[in-house]
Amino acid sequence: MSRVHDMGGRFGDGSVVPGPEDAPVFAEEWHARALAVTLASGALGQWTLDASRHARECLAPADYLAFSYYEKWLAGLADLLVAHGVVTRAELSGAEPGPSPLAGRRLQADAVAGALARGGPVLRDGPASRFAPGDRVRTRRPARNLAVNGGHTRLPGYAAGLRGVVERVHGCHVFADANAHGLGEQPEPLYTVVFDAGEVWGAAEAPGDTVSCDLWESYLEAET
Amino acid sequence: MPHDHADDAPPHSLLSPEPALRVRALETLLTRKGLIDPAALDEIIETYAHKVGPRNGAAVVARAWADPEFRRRLLEDATAAVAEMGFTGRQGEHVVAVENTAEQHNMVVCTLCSCYPWPLLGIPPGWYKSDAYRARAVREPRKVLAEFGVTLPEGQRVRVWDSTAEVRYLVLPMRPVGTDGLDESALAALVSRDAMIGTALVEAPR
Repeated sequence: MSRVHDMGGRFGDGSVVPGPEDAPVFAEEWHARALAVTLASGALGQWTLDASRHARECLAPADYLAFSYYEKWLAGLADLLVAHGVVTRAELSGAEPGPSPLAGRRLQADAVAGALARGGPVLRDGPASRFAPGDRVRTRRPARNLAVNGGHTRLPGYAAGLRGVVERVHGCHVFADANAHGLGEQPEPLYTVVFDAGEVWGAAEAPGDTVSCDLWESYLEAET
Repeated sequence: MPHDHADDAPPHSLLSPEPALRVRALETLLTRKGLIDPAALDEIIETYAHKVGPRNGAAVVARAWADPEFRRRLLEDATAAVAEMGFTGRQGEHVVAVENTAEQHNMVVCTLCSCYPWPLLGIPPGWYKSDAYRARAVREPRKVLAEFGVTLPEGQRVRVWDSTAEVRYLVLPMRPVGTDGLDESALAALVSRDAMIGTALVEAPR
């Protein structure tokens, strides 16, 4: 059911190794180029951020686990470029590049600061929220995309089928499960839902510890 | 070699397996097709290497400590409050600030990818993106905190915020005692990146 990226709660990964606060932002020069090429390619407007996440999640599990962070970005980018017809497989293989009808959309250097400062807000007008802070809800189980088998979803596997309490209502946000697949934005109310750590994991590290996720309304049902 | 690959092999497998060569091949191809401008890439890199980073978040925290009215606005609508200070944009379009108290310590993770409040903290550090942090922070935050050298006082609950949508979280750490005389810039200097993720506490200057 799940994909390899959905690793919350997994056992066996070993210690977290903190890094110094003053370490370089980009450990390698190519990390910086990978980030920049990915952002500049996204600015062509051929796919959404949700689609780019899905492309990384679709990497073969063996690749996902072997690749470093920016290697995942690069592989996802190459796959998106071909899937959206921006480049051809032959061009990726080294064939002479052909012209592109998208060249007019190229992100110019003097537009970078404005584009990054604007970002891509996802708050939209949409349906009234069905739940309010304090409401008891249950998350859907299994965690899956209802429109696309094996598709993108932001309900983590560990948070499926759980009882929780709505803590915040964020308004209507673009629905990632739809937007990742070119199905439009389909905005839905988004909630912060709080789960008791004991309920999630069977045993909490300490009584009263909690975990929260930000979940769209269609991930939730009322818990009576 | 291309002819080694079946047509259904993922496109990325057509590129060199060596990542520095991969990125160079993509940059060269897209530049030759007129789709990216290398000068724009330099501008993006300059932004995140030198302009946007955790000093932004530290300035927000310091202001919240020094100015009760700003703290109120930050906790009520962080997106608007940090925009007052000029911090807006990509991966920080919707911000929520969560305040540490004697009763609750907050810690932020993204188990599904590596979501992080870029305009306030910059590009996430390697450990934040690691499988170990993504997998474990939700299940055993206190063990993870111990790996950062943090032990919480008895009775303080832990809340882990899994950033599963486009809301980005900034932890507002507890102001250390003994800092009453410090101005905003001196306060900001005490605030580490990790404290704003929730894997460190802020300590008073010695």
